[in-house]
Amino acid sequence: MYIFNFIIALGMAGAMAIMLSRLFAGPTLYDRVLAVNSFGTKTVLFLLIFSQLVGRGDAIDIALLYALINFVATIAILKFFRYRSLEIALAQMSLRRAVDDSFGEDDEPEDQS
Amino acid sequence: MLYGVGLSAILGLLWLTLSGNYTLSGDYPLIIMLGILSILISVGITLRMRILDRETVPIVRAPHLIAYWAWLGGQILAANISVLKLIMRPDVDIEPRLVRVPVDLRSGTARCVYANSITLTPGTVTVDVEDDGYLVHALDKSMTDPAGFAEMALRSDRAADGQRTSEDGENS
Amino acid sequence: MSAMEVWHYILLAISVASMTAGLVFVLAGAIGVIRMPDFYTRMHAAGVTDTLGAELIVLGLMLQSGLTLTTVKLALVGLLLFLTSPTSTHAIANAAHKAKLKPQLKRHRPEHPADRGPEERKS
Repeated sequence: MYIFNFIIALGMAGAMAIMLSRLFAGPTLYDRVLAVNSFGTKTVLFLLIFSQLVGRGDAIDIALLYALINFVATIAILKFFRYRSLEIALAQMSLRRAVDDSFGEDDEPEDQS
Repeated sequence: MLYGVGLSAILGLLWLTLSGNYTLSGDYPLIIMLGILSILISVGITLRMRILDRETVPIVRAPHLIAYWAWLGGQILAANISVLKLIMRPDVDIEPRLVRVPVDLRSGTARCVYANSITLTPGTVTVDVEDDGYLVHALDKSMTDPAGFAEMALRSDRAADGQRTSEDGENS
Repeated sequence: MSAMEVWHYILLAISVASMTAGLVFVLAGAIGVIRMPDFYTRMHAAGVTDTLGAELIVLGLMLQSGLTLTTVKLALVGLLLFLTSPTSTHAIANAAHKAKLKPQLKRHRPEHPADRGPEERKS
């Protein structure tokens, strides 16, 4: 069973390497964010298998924390690159979005005066 | 009151799972006291934010939501296998689509469950949420079946709000 | 060989099958992220990893560890991944959409060398 878990962990590391190549190659920012997020999911799975391999339950807590940090980091990166600031509270975002939408209609001017 | 007790019970179970202290000797009484204190503080903050309602603590609808998850698991399995076939073909042959799915649901919970279900099912991702519809990106033309979306909407509506009565109006 | 041992081996067999299938799904998702042509289609490939691949591997580990506190913690990790992955996928997709990244909507089918006729291949 140890050997089997080791093979699964190796496969997971291979998947992580593939995801890293997309992280370096990704043409747009969103490809990279997607690669980081998916890499984090694989890291969580790798940590779970690792805790089974070395027989230490502590690694599961680390995996739990990593999953949480991965989620928060994705949201924070996206929020920063959309608003260029982390100071806006989430509750005010709908207000800010209305401003964004009025800016976004530059390519189709509506006033025909 | 029901929601406060329910949230305390859920947080207590979570704390017991993560701490794993089940004896009453040594330093453990102190740790258990700290755990109870942190649970009370969390519930107090939730009360102060005034978000302690049926949307935050969906314990009343929990059996229906879990039954819905079981149905969703089957859907996810089928969708995963079809996406796997598309990805692992020797020659990539896909036809992506951006479709608008009409949404007529009664509560925010049902809308959230429906949008998350669409995203969880591989091959379709909710790109934008509007008042009367979702913008959905599909990997292939074969995944934009309106009947499938309609069935998922009906089931998530039933899971979150119960059967539609005549007062709600059958305007779907 | 008692009944308990037989049950133990049955559980191990189910665990091996589940984790192998999970690894297949995770690797397929990773390869799909490399192969797909544009951002929105790559997102679908990553979704395969996040849902079924992760849950199958967590299920396999739960079967290996038996009825202990570890199993409950593993179930908690699985639930967390199940709840957060659609939210972050939707957040990325929505950010790309709001940044006016256009999806490629025509049929994508790069020409394979085997598709060409024998006459063309000679020339």
